[in-house]
Amino acid sequence: MSGSLRNQVGQLAHRSVLRTLRQPAQIVPAIVFPMFLLAVNAGGLKDATSLPGFPTDSYLTFILAVPFLQGALFSVMNSGTDLARDIETGFLNRLALTPLRGAALLSGLLAGAVVLGLVQAVVYLSVGLIAGAELAAGAPGALVLVLLSVTITVAFGTIGLFAALRFGSGEAVQGLFPVFFVFLFLSAMTLPLDLLTTDWFHAIASVNPVTYLLEAIRSLLIEGWNVGQLALGFAIALAIGTIGMAAASSALKTRLVRT
Amino acid sequence: MSESSRGGIEVEALVREFKNGPRAVDGIDLEVAQGEIYGFLGPNGAGKSTTVLMLTTLLPPTAGTARVGGYDVVGEGPQVRATIGAALQEAALDPLLTGREHMRLQTALHGLAKRERETRGNELLERVGLAYAADRKVGGYSGGMKRRLDLALALAHQPRILFLDEPTTGLDIQSRTALWEEVARLASEDGVTVFLTTQYLEEADALANRVGIIDHGHLVAEGTPTELKAEIGRPTVEAIPRSADDRERMMAVLGRFGEGAGSSPRAVAVRLEGGESQLAEVVRALDAEQIAIEHLQLHAPSLDDVFLAKTGRSLEGADEQAAEPETGETEAVASA
Repeated sequence: MSGSLRNQVGQLAHRSVLRTLRQPAQIVPAIVFPMFLLAVNAGGLKDATSLPGFPTDSYLTFILAVPFLQGALFSVMNSGTDLARDIETGFLNRLALTPLRGAALLSGLLAGAVVLGLVQAVVYLSVGLIAGAELAAGAPGALVLVLLSVTITVAFGTIGLFAALRFGSGEAVQGLFPVFFVFLFLSAMTLPLDLLTTDWFHAIASVNPVTYLLEAIRSLLIEGWNVGQLALGFAIALAIGTIGMAAASSALKTRLVRT
Repeated sequence: MSESSRGGIEVEALVREFKNGPRAVDGIDLEVAQGEIYGFLGPNGAGKSTTVLMLTTLLPPTAGTARVGGYDVVGEGPQVRATIGAALQEAALDPLLTGREHMRLQTALHGLAKRERETRGNELLERVGLAYAADRKVGGYSGGMKRRLDLALALAHQPRILFLDEPTTGLDIQSRTALWEEVARLASEDGVTVFLTTQYLEEADALANRVGIIDHGHLVAEGTPTELKAEIGRPTVEAIPRSADDRERMMAVLGRFGEGAGSSPRAVAVRLEGGESQLAEVVRALDAEQIAIEHLQLHAPSLDDVFLAKTGRSLEGADEQAAEPETGETEAVASA
């Protein structure tokens, strides 16, 4: 990365982090809402552990993977709405009048998602462990879990950037939230994939990438070190991020028609 | 590249067409010399902002050519951007950042060395009178403060050409005057070329060396404010009868002195064919007809008159301008 590009990314990353930290309304729901659902699910569905073949005795440990994905969904919203606001207010035009490169803009904007992802992951894991969840992979596993969570958050953030650049409005970005939530519900969110006995649901969940992201996180919590599942989780997150970034770059070219 | 073209703007047959819409800009030609303040005057939707977007490289023209600072806006976009500063319509600021953080971001993105950023930022904040609020979030700034910060940001990299798109819209008269002073100083002391769009007549009149009037995408008139007003030539007398019943009779009397001009519903206005020396005759004629006058005003030709003469209609918002006595065109006021 050239010095000028590094400088641009650094400046925009700094702005993105400042914006995130100065908007408690972005951070608080992204932490509280998944924790609330964790409490509800862990209490209401704990009998699921008695199903034959359920991988753990602790439903809390099993369901603890879900907040990491829910938190990542907030990243779609936050990164997308921030950029949409820049488009709506003309701030993007101000940036376009500087020698700013598109790659720097997108990378810089994702810095806020990194910070949010980091804070979310640490809080979710800490709350889960305090509440009695297990972490089979131990302390090194915690680091990998946080890293995976941040990777997923950033990957989902690129989709938010794409939506903002494509549609140019915060409302359109917010409209994506329920769509993504459907993806979450149509995954192995509440039960392991092989215990989903309804055919159509099993079929959808088995092609839904969210299932494999959940399984990668669960592998660290329940099994310890399952390299295959972890690699698949990271690969899917990176693939989503790469596709999202490519789509966002293309949308940025259309949005910024500067000559 | 000549010295004048390095700091000026040359536009030839510039067109911008939008899908399924009319031509927002329809073949305009203009030239702005280095150090000149060019006022681009027109009502909402006339094509002012579209022109600015094209000249600042943010919108490609459909046809025609434009060179800004000697660089072609289509083929040499990065060079144009390095030459210009722009404060576009609506101050585009981040409400969550402070004024100082805005300056840091802007100077850094323009590639100023680290040690220069702080100095330049502080200097500009001081210059636009925002040093005291530099560490406050912009969300708490007033409209005038935002506009001043916008101007400071546009100057971050010491541009030779400055584009200001309706910089004083929505500002109170004090903030407006302060901004005018700064813009005038930039042109006269620093030699910065200023391309200023406005729908305020008095802004163009007070600030611009030359004015271009745009309507429906066409440049309908161009010249110094004095030249343009001289083209129209005749002053307007506007009178309000004390009794509304006398309005018809007043219209008949004033009609002897010239053709009608736009006025408020209660008033009667005509362009004096014989010039301002006819004012005394007008008063005598009204007196002879025993029409009591509540209010009588003589207006020198204004840019609105020029606009009216060139387009057949009055410039939107002109009434509001006339309501501001410190900037009006009134030469003589008589109340009966």
